[in-house]
Amino acid sequence: MAPPQLDAAGNSSLPTGAAELKFRDPSKARALSVALDRVTRQIGRSPVSVMHVCGSHEQAIAKFGLRSTFPRDLNVIMGPGCPVCITDAPEVDEAVVLAGQGTHVATYGDMVRVRGTVKSLGDMQAEGANVHVVYSVSQAAELARKMTEELVFFASGFETTAVATAAVVLNDPPDNFSVLSAHKYIPPVMEIVAEMPETKVEGFLAAGHAATITGWGIFEPFVERHGIPVVVAGFEPLDILSGLVKLVELIRDGEKRVVNMFPRCVTRAGNLAAQEQLWKVFRPTGGRWRGIAHVPNGNLRLRDEWAHVDSRKRFRIDVSTLWDYAPPALVQDCICGDIMAGISSPAQCRLFGRDCVPETPVGACMVSNEGTCKIWYQYGGHPDLRGVAAS
Amino acid sequence: MCLGVPGRVVKVAGWTATVDFWGVRREIRLDIVDEPVSPGDYILNHVGFAIRRIPEGEIADTLALYEQLLEEAGDDIMASDIRGEIRAAGSPDER
Repeated sequence: MAPPQLDAAGNSSLPTGAAELKFRDPSKARALSVALDRVTRQIGRSPVSVMHVCGSHEQAIAKFGLRSTFPRDLNVIMGPGCPVCITDAPEVDEAVVLAGQGTHVATYGDMVRVRGTVKSLGDMQAEGANVHVVYSVSQAAELARKMTEELVFFASGFETTAVATAAVVLNDPPDNFSVLSAHKYIPPVMEIVAEMPETKVEGFLAAGHAATITGWGIFEPFVERHGIPVVVAGFEPLDILSGLVKLVELIRDGEKRVVNMFPRCVTRAGNLAAQEQLWKVFRPTGGRWRGIAHVPNGNLRLRDEWAHVDSRKRFRIDVSTLWDYAPPALVQDCICGDIMAGISSPAQCRLFGRDCVPETPVGACMVSNEGTCKIWYQYGGHPDLRGVAAS
Repeated sequence: MCLGVPGRVVKVAGWTATVDFWGVRREIRLDIVDEPVSPGDYILNHVGFAIRRIPEGEIADTLALYEQLLEEAGDDIMASDIRGEIRAAGSPDER
């Protein structure tokens, strides 16, 4: 596959004409696209920048060619919405060190390929370490049940996924099972990104499915503190388009509030049973997000009463043993952090599509299916919707 | 990944449900679902857990969207993430 040619906004310049895109309601898509253009123009400034924080949103935007239908003056940026990408190198190092000490480590597939300071779990596997790919935390617990040795589940994901980890911790996992948590909590990082002067985000599109659990009320304190509107939207193309129209309307009217455009899935309070389990097991604590910043309350760690299930309490993990090695040279050129902060786009990275491709990724954003670079690379040549959106 | 995948509940046994995903039967956990679930209901599965019961009126639209996405080849990112969500549910044979 040749590297797709993208402009800074992520629009593909490749010729279109492949398979016709199926829309449930093309006329509605067209109407929304026209409305988005009109409302953006009414603001009378350029560019108007909005951010979403969900890999699935970016996948749908790229897959369905939505960005090519966005008004030129509207900048829709993917922020730190890829949990694998924002897992900090020292967190990966902890898993790498444990694997190097002979402990079994189970984790999600993308987490095997993402590099810490110098090595990935995949590198450790190649050197003979016991690294297992699982699709869920339950599968990791089942695996532990079948062995006598210690098994560490290297847990990544936002609150939606952390809820599953919490449920397993609460459900009598086997004695040889523990959790190395790299779980992250989205609302605090929105505060950080909102304060970044380079990013100039004027509105956030929040992920509908994550809000299914947390509820949309969780964004109200954020809106109050930062005066930036938030719209909760689903991930299908029409949901994204209507969410953006609403968000740009709020910006135009200077309305600072949360609007739920996904009422069929999301309530104000969210899934209380799930939240109860989440906060029973985890506590928010500050920590670095790779490439972004130190995020106060952005990391989810196990509470003290779960110390017996917490890999950090159970093992002595000395990451300094990795410091004798130098990181690969190309890593210094990776701008993944700037991309997740919304300061740069993959098209501005000199590695993108050349030295950094999904098969041999340099940065985390090319590793994960939720990473901006991998999504852009994969869908860069996808036909856009200019035909559908033409007014 | 926050896509999830919808499936039809075939059987409920305590905190576990057997769920049919387009002919593939998997076991998923009900610890964190928002509403009580019984056979015939549709749920959204995320990493092996039902995270919500899909209301009656939205089942058809939800299935249609996922079916469109699943028609894509295996290397499509969204299709592969959805297949991953199905694999995340436990296989009944493993227990």
